[in-house]
Parts: sequence; structure tokens; C-alpha cells
Amino acid sequence: MKLYESTVHELHEQLQNKQLSSVELTKAVYDRIDEVEEKIDAYVTLDRENALAQAAKVDAMIASGETIKPLAGVPGAIKDNISTKGLRTTCSSHILDNFIPVYDAHVIANLRKDETIFLGKTNMDEFAMGSTTETSYFKNTHNAWNLDCVPGGSSGGSAAAIAAGEAIWSLGSDTGGSIRQPASFNGVVGIKPTYGRVSRYGCVAFASSLDQIGPITRDVTDAAIVLNTICGVDVHDSTSLPVDVPDFTKALRQDVKGLRIGLPKEYYGEGIDAKVKEQIMLAVKKYQELGAEIVDVSLPHTEYAVITYYIIAPAEASANLARYDGVRYGYRNKEAKSAPEMTKLSRTEGFGSEVKRRIMLGTYVLSSGYYDAYYKKAMQVRTLIRKDFDEVFQKVDVLLTPTSPVVAYPLDAKMDPLTIYMLDVTTIPVNMAGLPGISIPCGFADGMPVGVQLIGKALDEETLLRAAYTFEQATEFHKAFAPLGGNK
Amino acid sequence: MKNYITVIGLEVHAELKTKTKAFCSCSTEFGAEPNTHVCPVCLGMPGALPVLNKRVVEFAIRAGLALNCDIQKFNKMDRKNYFYPDLAKNYQISQWDEPICLGGHIDIRVNGEKKRIGITRIHMEEDAGKLVHSGLTISTSDSSAVDYNRAGVPLIEIVSEPDMRSAAEARAYMEQLKAILEYTDVCDCKMQEGSLRCDANISIMPEGATEFGTRAEIKNLNSFRALERAIEYEVERQTELVEDGGHVVQETRTWDDANGVTLSMRSKEEAHDYRYFPEPDLVPINLDQAWIDEIKATLPELPSARKERLLAEEVPEDNADIIVASKKVADYFDAGAKATKNLKALSNWVIGDVAGYLNAEGLEIDSPEFKITPDHLGELVNLIDKGVLSSKLAKQVFAEMLKENEAPQALVKKLGLEQVSDAGELGKLVDEVIAANPQSIADFKAGKKKALGFLVGQIMKATKGKANPGMVNKMLMEKLQ
Repeated sequence: MKLYESTVHELHEQLQNKQLSSVELTKAVYDRIDEVEEKIDAYVTLDRENALAQAAKVDAMIASGETIKPLAGVPGAIKDNISTKGLRTTCSSHILDNFIPVYDAHVIANLRKDETIFLGKTNMDEFAMGSTTETSYFKNTHNAWNLDCVPGGSSGGSAAAIAAGEAIWSLGSDTGGSIRQPASFNGVVGIKPTYGRVSRYGCVAFASSLDQIGPITRDVTDAAIVLNTICGVDVHDSTSLPVDVPDFTKALRQDVKGLRIGLPKEYYGEGIDAKVKEQIMLAVKKYQELGAEIVDVSLPHTEYAVITYYIIAPAEASANLARYDGVRYGYRNKEAKSAPEMTKLSRTEGFGSEVKRRIMLGTYVLSSGYYDAYYKKAMQVRTLIRKDFDEVFQKVDVLLTPTSPVVAYPLDAKMDPLTIYMLDVTTIPVNMAGLPGISIPCGFADGMPVGVQLIGKALDEETLLRAAYTFEQATEFHKAFAPLGGNK
Repeated sequence: MKNYITVIGLEVHAELKTKTKAFCSCSTEFGAEPNTHVCPVCLGMPGALPVLNKRVVEFAIRAGLALNCDIQKFNKMDRKNYFYPDLAKNYQISQWDEPICLGGHIDIRVNGEKKRIGITRIHMEEDAGKLVHSGLTISTSDSSAVDYNRAGVPLIEIVSEPDMRSAAEARAYMEQLKAILEYTDVCDCKMQEGSLRCDANISIMPEGATEFGTRAEIKNLNSFRALERAIEYEVERQTELVEDGGHVVQETRTWDDANGVTLSMRSKEEAHDYRYFPEPDLVPINLDQAWIDEIKATLPELPSARKERLLAEEVPEDNADIIVASKKVADYFDAGAKATKNLKALSNWVIGDVAGYLNAEGLEIDSPEFKITPDHLGELVNLIDKGVLSSKLAKQVFAEMLKENEAPQALVKKLGLEQVSDAGELGKLVDEVIAANPQSIADFKAGKKKALGFLVGQIMKATKGKANPGMVNKMLMEKLQ
């Protein structure tokens, strides 16, 4: 197996045993980037020099006999909405294309402590608003399974980089499915932890009450390893949960005997592609064979999740993105004759159309006279969605659904925004309820990967990981490597 | 012309005296180099998050308790959205529909009449930065710089009920509020530095009307005087407008102190829609009753209680009002009261000669340049009461005390101002004067009582005013009868 196709846990062992040096590994991954990046376009910024210097540092540590952390010396990629001190962080937006942060996000500080390596920053939908990575100001990212297809989004660059061998592990962020859906489209593993498990400090806010950082990896073991480093309470984030972080790798046991898996009927209705459904049902069958108990359940408010999400998320975004005004940092229109004009022109020229659409939507639903009818009502519906999950988790341990109703579709499909929004129906309720969700590969439809989503109880990532690991070990899907096919 | 009733409500912003800002650990110190007390949080850097400073909540509770409010055990922060270059996030973290305090009051006294002014609410919020224009005003400037040192400094906004009916009442409310905030040590109340700011909502209605008139909100009231003048001006403007058949429009106006007028800033139509919604970066605040009780137990004696105490010690009410209005002055008075029993006289000195001197010199009672310690002032009062000093000589000693920090007894000696009360010495002088002025003696005996005054005057002259006038009178009378 090629180095760039390996997993974190395999490489860690080789590094610690001195069978491999971190410099050698990091160079191998950069060589792969040089080879395929023009086809994939996963990265916005690469940081070769610092990455190689860090690799040399880890090699010196190993040489001096130190025991290194599982992520030490193993190169990863960071979604470009996570603040990295001294390294450009653009959110794939024109308005931040020259922005160099003065501080590290909490997760970045934790990863640095573990002596890991950052290859660069990955492409995304502008400010994480989108499901295809096509709203990026810079470029489209291509799906490694078929270069003519989207990688999903908004963490499309982070997922495509794993699928194409351009990074060993990566970080994404998930507001309505932005880790799980691209993981599914790229045949890799992506987990959105419980809201509050991972500090949001330094994750550029899209919708504060929904955003959560999480890993995208080649297998479930790697996801557990990255979670171990990034989870934990942070005094800089009031919404981070003051709970102990277990060693997630200890949850990786092949055992689903008696595990009650719920199939919420609302996730299997019309709109789901028949071939996708077929693969999901095979996964259900596999779980049954492995000893799990399958239970039909209902989450009756599911149909309201997408529309309420498109009130709450834009409302929060309209305030979160107000700071991009050209005053302190980022893009500034230089011709403006007054401060109000400067703000107006900088924003008009700095934001793309999807971002503007959501700012307008959010501004509208918070406006005087509309607040009660839209925002307040949406918050009430959100409570009902939460209650649905609370009730269903009295009966089952995890829920199993398709991660996305469809597989990756062609770039420039020219779908209207509403159609794209509706495709997030399977992932959005999980964010609305603040629950953990994982997507793992479970098959192919028309040659494109299909992902199965497992949803867990709040703070019960361990059961999710165990269920995912058991399935993964009983199947071969995670071992398939993207062919970089297509016409590009 | 009809008679009109003025209706006034005040919105007061008080900067809290916490060491660090509301949502980050930057210093709140005033007057530092621009943009030196800043960090990713108060600069609104992408990805930075606020964390509420517990002291801000504590100070807000403290102010709320002192202003007789109900502390809301559940309250929350909201975002108030508007664009302005000094507002780093282009939203202000504030409290909208569930503030920390509701329903309090302040008692005021104007022209001897007591009145209770209601407080609607107190909420916590963050201050904005400051624009520094290249020219004198924003409209005449080519450019502006922004100083974010003040961005994120904690504030409380205290909103009154529309209970005030005159400029004098508004001023009394503001003075009383300032005193309470000073006593509780939550704000340093420097109106000139902007740590205490006031906006006034003013309307008029014809006498007998049941509904308030349309109000104008007046901003930029940076002193008690400005508050009074602005209200007087605004009442006149609105009255004239209505008398001429016009209407008052709902608008925001600014006070132009130099020209003594209010000017329109924006109309109701141009008013901001702040699009408040719950701040998702901060969890709701759930207060523990035990903590509220703990804060309550540490509240100092408040101005109203202090005034009652002074009245019980026979300090005249007008004097007491002036003294308790400033915590520093009241503390000075209390310290002086340890040195004398005559608090009425002490209060007269404090609000009279002491206040006069401080005003003339532009000093505060705790300025190091003010040399009279409270115990020295108390001793001065005692010297008068004991007859050591006449009130006239006491003024001379007071003038000396202002120059050097010395006990009045020592200064009396040093200046040779001690009253001559020695019977032997005075007897000798009386005899000399009688011998030297036979005509006056004759006049006195003929019934001209005025002649006695002349004789006393001669003795005072001979002693440079130091002779005890009571004793001289008595001795002269004895000799002449």
C-alpha cells in the first residue's frame, strides 16, 4: 500500500518503530498533492515549509527515544474556516482572501500540542454555506471517484483530500451535514460530534448554535484518534460542555449484539434514490447478521427540519457575518467615499451570491414584525425536533439512515437552491438536536460511494463508534480507493 | 396658552468598574494608547467567541439591589444588530426581553417635596469602541480612525419610568442615581469621561390629558447642567410647536451644548431595526439565590439610609441632601464627625467654606491638594464651640489650614490668634480704657447705651480682636455701675 493511502494508526506505528520518518511521509503526501491536485483542487493554501519543518522536529523526537502521540508526525488537512495562526484562513471567500489569523483555534492548539502536521487549508463552500463546494470564491473541488462530480460540501476539500490521498486525516465542520455528506460522497468516514463536545473557538461562525468541528478520515479508528485530540471543554467557548472525554479508541469493539438500531421511517420515504436505499438496506441486513436488533421508529417532525433550519441558520449567519465590513481586516473597497459606503461596497463585492442570499434571508426573518412568525416559531419547532429524538432514544440505542438521499451529482448541475437545500433533509435534524452523527461507507450506486449515517444519543459517541467500527470490520468498503476517473 | 405637563424618562448608561472587559480578559483602563487593550474577542476576529465575565453579573446585581429591583434568576444575553465602524462585530451583545433586573425605584426630593421615581429595568451590555475623526466633526473630516480599547467594556443601562415632570426632578433623579452607583462602587460616574451617560425621553401633554404626548429622545447629555438645559429647551420647543398648531414627531435628537439647542438626528422612519435575537454563543444565565443574598449582604449603607442617620444627628435636611449626594463628601463628613459632636456646624462648614474652596479650585474633596483633614475640620468646630475662636477668627484659621496640613490648635498658637479670656489681663485693659475715655463714660451714665459699644471696640482694637467679647462686655458693665 502506498504511504498516502494509509491510515493514521498504521502510519503512527511505522513512525514510532522508526520504519518510516515523518519527513519521508510528509514528502510522499506532498508528492501525491503535486500529482493529483490539479485534478482535485482540494486545497486553498499549502504550507509545505512549515509542515516539513514540523516533520523534522517529530523525527528528532522519535530519534531521541520519545513516545509520540498517535497524530504526531502524521500530516492532515484543515478546513479553511478553522483559524490557524500565521496561516491564511479564507473561508473560501473573497472577503477574507488576504486574512491571516493572529490566533489558533482551540482544536488547532490541541493538535499542535500533539505535534501533528498541517499540510494546508482545504477548499469549502463560502463560509460553509452550500452542499457542493461550488460556492467557493476560488474554485470547484472535484470528486475523486468521478472528477466530473461534486465532492459534496461544505467540507468538500477536506473529504476529497482524504479520498484522493492528499492528506491522511482532515478536519471539517458540520452545521447541517457539512462533514457527513461530503464523507458519504467521497467514500470516507466523517463524524459530527455532539454539540459542545468540541470547542468552536476559532471555527469561523456560520450558525453558532449548530456548528461543530469534526474529523474526516479513512476509517473509524482514525476518527476516534482525531476525536481524542480535539474534544474537551474550553474556557473560551461558553457552549463547550464541561464533561470528561473518554478514550474513544477504547470504544472500538466488534460487538453490536443486542444493539437496538432504529430506522426512522421519515428518512426512507420519497426523495431517496432507489439505488442508495438498496445499499442502505443491505447495511441494515448486515447489522442484523451481526446481531443487532432492528426497530422501526418515527420522528414525526422531520419534515419541518429543513425549513426551520433555513430560518435559524441564516438568522445567526446574518449577525455572524456582519463583522466583515472592511474596517479591521479582509477585503476593503478603496474607492468608497464614506464609512457606510465602504461597508456596503466591501460586502457587495466581497461576498458571493449564496452567502448574500442567506444573509438576506436571515435579516428578513429577524426583522421587526417577522421575528415571531419566523424565528420564534422555528425555535419552537426545533424544540419539537429535539423531543422526537429524546423519545425515540428511549426505545433504541442508535438510529440508522442514509447520509444523503443521493450520491454525488455532476458539477454545474444547475440545481435551484431549494432543491439542494432539501437534499440535506437526512443530516440537518441531527444538528438541530445537537446530536452526534457519523457517516461511513456502505456501498456504491452507479460507481459512486454511498454512506450510511448513524445517529447517537447526546455525548454517546462511543456507541456510535462501536457500531460503525463493527460494520467497517465486517465489510471492505473503507478499503476501496478512489480511481480519479472522469473526464477532467 | 394652555398649561402643559412635561413627561420625562431617562435611560442611563453606566460603565462598570470591572478590571477586565465583559467578554474577554482585556483591561478596561481608561486613557491607554489606542488599540492596546484589545484581543481577537473584542476586535471581532473571525472565530473568536465571547465568555461572560462573572463580575459583570455581580455588579449588575449589586446595582439592581441598591435600586430596589427584582433580580431575575433567569436572564439571557441577546444580539442587537446595527452597522457602525466602532462596533467590532456589527452587533452589540446586550439584553432584550429578559434583562437581569426589573422594577425598582429611586426616591428624590425637590423643593422639599419627596417623590418616588420608578425604574423599569436594568440590563447588561457591552460598550462600543470610539471613532477619532481627523477634523472637528464627522462631517468635516477626511478620515476617521477607530480605537477599540473601549469595545467590550461592560455597561449597565438603567431605564426609568416616565415619572419625572420637570428638569429639576430629572436632575435630582440623576444625582441620586449617580450617588447610589458610587456608593455601591459599580461605576466611577465620571460624566465628562463618559463613564456615566444619559439619554432623555421628553414629551408634553395638556393639563388634564390622560395620554402622553409624542416623545423625542435626546442624546449627548454629558453633565447635570446639560440635562437640565436640554429638557428646558426641548419643553419650550415642543410647547411652541404645539401652540402653533404643529405636532411633535417621534425622533432622536442630539443636544448641542455650545449653542444650547437640540438638533434632529433621525426620525422614527429612519430608526434602526435592531433585529434582536438570543446570543447563541452564550448560555442563558441562571442565578443562584445564595449568590444574590451574598451580594446583598455586602451592600454598603446607601444614600437614603445615610441621610436618615444624619437627620437623626440634627444635620439640616438641605445640608444632608448635599452631603450624601457624593460618597466622598459623605465619607469625609463621617470622618469629621468622629472629632466633634456639633454635626450641624460641621455640615455647614462642609457644604459652605469647604465646598466653596473646592469648586473655586476645581478640586475633589479627596484631592491631595486639599489639605484639611476631616478630623482637623472637626477640631476647628470644637474650638469655636469652646470659645477659643470667634467665628471671624475661625475663618482666618480655616484659610491657614488650606495652606498647610496642620491642626487648628497649632495654627491658632502659631498665628497668635488665641482669644484673650484672662480676667486679670482684660481687667487691666478695661481700667485703661475707662481712664482714657471720660467723655464716653459720662455719655453712658447719661443713658447713651451706644457708648458701651465704643468702649468694647477700643478694647478689641487694643487686642487685635482677640479679647473675649462676652467677658469684656460683662467686666465693663460691672465697672460702670
